[in-house]
Formats: sequence, structure tokens, C-alpha cells
Amino acid sequence: MALLEVESVSKSFGALQALEGVDLSVKAGTFHGLIGPNGSGKSTLLKAIAGAHFPSTGKITFAGLDVTTAPPYERARAGLSLKFQITAVLPELSVYDNVLLALQAGQRLWALVRSRTRRAVHADVMHSLERFRLAKRADDLAGALSHGEQQWLEIAMALAREPKLLLLDEPTAGMSHQERRATGELLMPIKETCALLIVEHDLDFIKDICDITTVLDQGRVVASGPTRQVQDNERVREAYLG
Amino acid sequence: MTDRATGASHADGGRVRVLPFVELVMLGVLLVTPFALTSRPELITLVTNVLILSILAISFDLCWGYSGIMSFGQALFFGVPGYVIALVGRDLEFSHIWGTLPLAMLVGLVLALAVASFLLMGRKTPTPIFVALGTLTGAYAAERLVSGWQYVGAGNGLSAIKLLQAGSFELVEGIEFYFLAFACLLVVYLASRFLMRSQMGLVLAGMRQNEERLAFLGYRVQLYKAMVFAFAGMIAGLAGALYSYHQGFIGPGNMGPGLSTMAVIYCLFGGAGTLIGPVIGTAAIEILSYVLADIDVVKRFWPVILGLVLLLVVAFQPGGLLGMFVTKRERISSYGWRARDGRPES
Repeated sequence: MALLEVESVSKSFGALQALEGVDLSVKAGTFHGLIGPNGSGKSTLLKAIAGAHFPSTGKITFAGLDVTTAPPYERARAGLSLKFQITAVLPELSVYDNVLLALQAGQRLWALVRSRTRRAVHADVMHSLERFRLAKRADDLAGALSHGEQQWLEIAMALAREPKLLLLDEPTAGMSHQERRATGELLMPIKETCALLIVEHDLDFIKDICDITTVLDQGRVVASGPTRQVQDNERVREAYLG
Repeated sequence: MTDRATGASHADGGRVRVLPFVELVMLGVLLVTPFALTSRPELITLVTNVLILSILAISFDLCWGYSGIMSFGQALFFGVPGYVIALVGRDLEFSHIWGTLPLAMLVGLVLALAVASFLLMGRKTPTPIFVALGTLTGAYAAERLVSGWQYVGAGNGLSAIKLLQAGSFELVEGIEFYFLAFACLLVVYLASRFLMRSQMGLVLAGMRQNEERLAFLGYRVQLYKAMVFAFAGMIAGLAGALYSYHQGFIGPGNMGPGLSTMAVIYCLFGGAGTLIGPVIGTAAIEILSYVLADIDVVKRFWPVILGLVLLLVVAFQPGGLLGMFVTKRERISSYGWRARDGRPES
């Protein structure tokens, strides 16, 4: 059974039909790319899966739970995590506190009031920061990090609670070539524990790390399958190149 | 300043912290004040009033300064409990301190929860403007309602409120009431400080910066907001009860937009998000108001002057008076009452 099942999902904003009868299936342990030209509905689909908005019709099942209209915090607690397209770290908090916040989500309120969580998760925070090469900047404000570092911090936050599925919306946007390569290297080790659904414009990046790719155009799925096969697909070339 | 082996570090990166020093100075000043004013009972009444209104200002600071909830009707949770204890005194002839003060807190808490369930608990994140207008409308509607309700004294309010009793002792305005108000302020301050410097305070700080991010991390943001709002309502209720007993009067104006705006001004003028800032702001504005009250021209234009003060603070000094001495980082990033390895922070 797939970890994530999207069945006949449509979403409209007034007269604009952003998604139309989209089907998508993500299996555990796979890296799944979601590509398509601008305005094809990739981010809308990702947001519908994350709970930022609800589909007009259709059904979304995650880990056996119907989450079609579940609020974001319920999906997050079920093991769904999201990294936004626009960096959404908390700029006025330290890098350490950003990761700490991610790690202690879901803790009981009383534990937070008594500050028990800070001591309990210290080692996990430092481990997470070291993994994403941010340990030396733990005490700096998140807003003072470079764009690439902020993207890594956000991925570190999204992965902090070991989700079952991580949704990444353009993780390499604005990154240098070196940072893109490093991002790929940082993501590969999580494959054993976490599936990925990545929206990305950089087709080389998708080719390097994704097993399966789905292509959207004008709110519809035009192709889906193994990445190399999909990228050679004639309809995909048409959608991209016009 | 950071010990990497243990991870122990001050959240503000080891910089000198000003707020604890300001808090200590204020504590000293408030302890000495009544003894310095023994020959001026009217001034003891004034500073007692400052202490009571400081509790209201702190309740607003918890909402806006720490949680990003623009409660523009905070006086609602001050005035309604004030009326309730006045009515309990008049109709049930009961004014015992252990009964009425908790009752006022309970009324503030329940009322704030009711307002929160309507304004804050929806599926979609309410905008600050929606919350500001909603709370303002609530305060205005309540003020108009009591203004026309004879049972609660209509526009004249309720006066000659039964004195607050502690055993057989009756607390009248003066040094005893000052220390009661001081003790209440101290308890409210310490409880608020404990909460805001706990990991829950960190959640609120994150929420104020990006609610959506917190929701996607797994936090039930609306619940946190409702809880802080209810806690703030509870302490505003305590202030309302103290005010009623201290003034011997409660009127429609004590629950309307006028006093609500004053709570905003106290907080922003002193420095939102610091707890001690609202106390300093309340003292500065109330004492200034008292000193300038004898000057006719100033008296006439006082509301206009206050409006201009608020405008200038928001435009040029959003950190308030304390913002001149306390860095943004100290205000926002001082979370965790323990260092990262669990040792108490020095």
C-alpha cells in the first residue's frame, strides 16, 4: 500500500481550475519528483497534500488515514512534513531554537511549560545541526544565515521529527551550483526512513535523486513513472518546451 | 560564551542582559515608594492605581507583545469582572478576598475563552485586523449595554462598592491596599515571566513570527492562542476586581474602547514583549497625567496628546521606552529558563 494516495483531486480558485482530477501515489522509501511548467499546479498540489488548502473534490490518504480536510497540525503529527517554497525559518530566533521548536512539536503543553523538552532534546538538536552543517551557527539568528543555509535549516526543521514523508517545494531555488550538489548529498541518506515528494524546476537535480517522476501540465497529470523514462516522454518535452 | 561540550549558552549569545537589571530596579522602587509617600496619601492612591492598571497592561502585553494577538478590547475582561464583584458585594453582601478575587479571575478567564472560541479558534488563521476589530466591538458593545442597563447602574455605574474583606479586616485605600496590589502584580508578573521564558514562550515567539510554519511543524496554533488569551483575560479580571474595590466604583468606561486603548498605549509606550515595559509605561503615563492634570490646556487636550504619543511610538520607537536600552534579540530570544544542558541560567 502506498504511503500517500491522491485520488481524483481537483482544486479551483474562482474560475481558475488549478488542479483537475489529479492522481498520485508515493511509496515509502522512494524519492518522487513533481515537475511541470510554471502554473501547472505543482505547488497547489503540494499545498493540498500538506493541508494549506483543501481540495474542491477528491481524496487524500496518508499512512492509511483520510487527511483530505485534516488541519496541517494533524497531518504533521501523522508524519507529514513540509518545506515551503519561500524560506520560512523564524528569523528572529536562533538557529538552535528553530530546530528545537521543530523537535518539540507534539509535546504536551505541560512539558513545554516546565521546559523539560529543552534538556531532553538537546543532543537531537545538535545532531540535526551537525548533519546540515549548521552546528557552528547554532547561536546565530536564523535571519542572519545565507539563503542556502536558510534552506538547509528549513530542511533540518522539516526532518527533525523523522517524518514518513517530506514535501519539498523547490528546495534548491536560489542556491549556487555547489549548494545544489550539497543539498542532494544531504538528502540521500534519509531515503531509508523517509519518502520525498519534491517540486523542482531543476531537472538535473530531479534526475540525480528521484526514482519516480510525475509531470503536471495545466493542472493535469501528463506522465508518471521512472524518472529517466518520463524525461524522455514526448508529451513531457512538449509541455516543457511548448 | 558558548560551551559547545555541554551546549550551555545564553540564548542571547552571552550579551549583557538589561531586563533583569530593570526588573530589580523597579522592584526596589515599588517596595520603597509607599514609605516615601506616607505624608501624601493621595499619591499612595495614585501609585496603587498604577499597580492595578499595570496588571491590565501586562495582560495586553501577553496577547500582543508575546503572542501577536491584537486584543483591542482588553478592558472587557477588566470591566466585566469588576462589575461582577461589585454586584456580588451589593446583592449577596459578600466581598471576602479569598472568594471574590478568584471569582473575578474565573469570570475573566471564561469570558476570554468565549471570545477566543469565536475570534481565534476558527479553521482559518484570523488576521490581526479581524481580531482587533472583533475585540474592540466586544468592548464597545459591552460598554453600550451596561450604559443602558438600570440593574447595573446604567451610565452612572456602580458606586459605594462593599469594601474588600480579609477575615475581619477591611481593606481601604492606603498602604495596605498598595501592598495587596503590589503582591498581586508581583504574582502575575512572576507567573507571566515563568510562562513566557518557558518552552511555551518559545512556541509563542515562533507563532508570532510565522503561524503557518508552526502549524506545519505540528503545533495546534489556535489552541495556544486561546490559552494565552484566556490567561490574559484571567489576570485582567483580577485587575478589574482590585480596581473596583480600590476606587469603590466601576462604570461603563472601565470596560470600553477608552480603557482598552489606554492598555495598548501603556504597553507600547513602555515596550511590548518585555513584561516590565508595560509597568513602566503605565507608571509614566499615569504619573504624567496626574502632574499635568492641573494645567487646563493640557487637561483639555490630554487624549489628543496621548494619541500623538502612541503615533510617535509606533512610527519611530516601536520598541517603546525600553527599546532604547534593550536589544530586540534580548526581548525575543530569551527563552528557556534552563540552559540547554538543563542547568539553571545564571
